[in-house]
Amino acid sequence: MTKSNRVDVLGETCPVPLVETRKAVRKSSPGDIIEVIGNHPESKEEIPMAVEELGLELLGIEEEGGQWKIRIKIPEED
Amino acid sequence: MAEGDKATLIVHSGDFDKVYSALIIGTGALSMGMEVSMYFTFWGLERLKKNELDKGPLSRMNFLGLGKWMMKKKLKKSNVREMDKLLEDFNELGGKILACDMTMEIMGVKKEDLREEVITDYCAVGTYIKEAKESDVTLFI
Repeated sequence: MTKSNRVDVLGETCPVPLVETRKAVRKSSPGDIIEVIGNHPESKEEIPMAVEELGLELLGIEEEGGQWKIRIKIPEED
Repeated sequence: MAEGDKATLIVHSGDFDKVYSALIIGTGALSMGMEVSMYFTFWGLERLKKNELDKGPLSRMNFLGLGKWMMKKKLKKSNVREMDKLLEDFNELGGKILACDMTMEIMGVKKEDLREEVITDYCAVGTYIKEAKESDVTLFI
């Protein structure tokens, strides 16, 4: 069963969005989806880059009214 | 992700802004999937004493504490995470804090003076060099 984990970093600034995303990734299992919600512009650029570095799958980035939502999938084990 | 990417930081300075930078870089590196160790030596070790983490002076424009006070106000306004919480994050993400044995001897610092619960190990320069040799990123702060 895959879980959907929500990371709320609204109002948080560097490095917190990145740090909280990493914490959520560590607690997740293969197949889980993580949704990070924030409004710090720099983190909107940073987190997708970290997703690539960590070998995870970027499902999408949505933005509305200054708030962004980044969806990440933990790859299934081969 | 390249397994075994390591970052090693020497925290030699005890200045408020420099220790802050070290913690931000350290947690940043951990967040990017790296293995991170921070080696606290000389003035940096002072910051590992109980209740001392954010007590260092500003590295420049301290103005007898006025500059630091103004900097703290700016940090609060930008909602920057507090140093103690960053150190907690650092430990939670598996970062290692190493305290320099020699500095403790020179400055007469005992283990009981330090926050033993945040310190991963006590060691000497050889251990730092071993970590640094295996690291892709080495920084002197």
